[in-house]
Amino acid sequence: MTGIVTRRSLLVGGGSLLLAGCDKWTTSPQTLNLLSLGEKASRSAQRLVGDRNALAPEFTRAEMSPVFRVNGSTNPRDAGYVAHAASQFADWRLMIDGLVSTPMSLTLPQLRAAPSRTQITRHDCVEGWSAIGQWTGVPLGLLLRRAGLSTNARYIVFHCADTLLGKPYYESIDLVDAFHPQTILAHSMNGAPLTIGHGAPLRLRVERQLGYKQAKYVMRIEAVASLAPLHGGKGGVWEDNHNYQWYAGI
Amino acid sequence: MSDSKLIYRTRLPVRLWHWTNAVTIFVMLMTGMMIFNAHPRLYWGAFGANLDHAWLEIGNHGTQGFVTLFGVQIPTTGVLGYAMGSDVAFPPLVTLPGQYNVPVARIWHFFFAWVLVIGWLGFALYAIISRHLWNDLLLKREETSPSHLWQDIKDHARLRLPRGEAARHYNPLQKLAYLGVLGLGLPLMVLTGLTMSPAMDAAWPWLLVLFDGRQSARSIHFIVAAGLAFFIVVHLAMVLLAGPVNELRSMITGWYRLPPERPATEDK
Repeated sequence: MTGIVTRRSLLVGGGSLLLAGCDKWTTSPQTLNLLSLGEKASRSAQRLVGDRNALAPEFTRAEMSPVFRVNGSTNPRDAGYVAHAASQFADWRLMIDGLVSTPMSLTLPQLRAAPSRTQITRHDCVEGWSAIGQWTGVPLGLLLRRAGLSTNARYIVFHCADTLLGKPYYESIDLVDAFHPQTILAHSMNGAPLTIGHGAPLRLRVERQLGYKQAKYVMRIEAVASLAPLHGGKGGVWEDNHNYQWYAGI
Repeated sequence: MSDSKLIYRTRLPVRLWHWTNAVTIFVMLMTGMMIFNAHPRLYWGAFGANLDHAWLEIGNHGTQGFVTLFGVQIPTTGVLGYAMGSDVAFPPLVTLPGQYNVPVARIWHFFFAWVLVIGWLGFALYAIISRHLWNDLLLKREETSPSHLWQDIKDHARLRLPRGEAARHYNPLQKLAYLGVLGLGLPLMVLTGLTMSPAMDAAWPWLLVLFDGRQSARSIHFIVAAGLAFFIVVHLAMVLLAGPVNELRSMITGWYRLPPERPATEDK
């Protein structure tokens, strides 16, 4: 130890201390609770000014991103998922349960044979970038009607095969978005089966929200009356653990 | 100082809006820079991500910060890209929160966005009803002549600020700056901000036509924010030049001391 404190290190150190003090207040749960009223107001306002079935913009093939980057989980190492991937998802099943009269278990060929919608849409990451790609999949509303959604159901939860920083990935949407015509469970992207990087074998597309709602590696769809009993209770892995807002329309 | 008089120049609604907006703009700029740090690249068009061409990028090679603007790389170590021992685009000193935290910055940004919008609407309504817009902000017919504007530019360049009766009103360049912020800057910030919202793009598809796509809107959002930051720098410099105590008093209490006319000899 030399005991020499340079002016620069004092400035930088003092600055960091000051900033750390500020952050304690700017990131405190009380502060965030109060300020998150803004995002709640945004959600209400957006639902008010837009038709509940207003479509996200769709594009032509010529307008697609040359390369659609992957992000988040790109290669889940969970043993069950690795086994499914090794067998080309032959034994993989999509479970639909919770508040439904007829729980379902669907194979990948069944989902591929089901009525589908193809859409070229823009994917917006919360970080700021966008990519345009083509998605083909089964409308979620169709599956929920087949399963006989209970009138008590308020949210649809997507349980995924991957983990994010050790927590199982899950996401949820409300029934407005669940029955939106562009909300699909995509099994194909740009005309080919989903790659593992993009969420094989099945991912959610909910086109009026940001990227973290587009759950990949979907294993199970659960209809629930409340999000509170699930995991951290805030409706998604990003919401529970990282202060991201449940409504990701902005 | 005997010939200088105290006048009531700034009414309460203007003062209230000014200070609310001052806090709001600082929060918006600081949280905006934090959100930008999540992906410090800007594009033009509908899409844009890491493998697409960015017209602006702030980044670093190790501890060497840089800004790449239209393909030209400029070293910015210590200011942008790498500063304060931190490898983010905008350094912790100017972001809110200080440490990298996008979700918290978003919560702040979208709360104060409402303060900005509601404040702007309230102020616009007041300015119209009270005729503040016509009496104080819009240029008088004679002020719009090129020779008058040119004189005002020369006066500003020489730092010859209005005195006496002329200081009772805003000068033409000052009016244009305020009108630019109120009528162009803030509305553009709000509209380009809304264009980045996927839900708003579904509700109001014309936003994408207006700004040529979401990534263009993001670029314009950034450019106009830089413009507002530039306005603040000039605005504060003008406050210092015009007499900070007098100017601050007028924006806090409304009362402003008219600076005395220059002696005739000094006027030559």
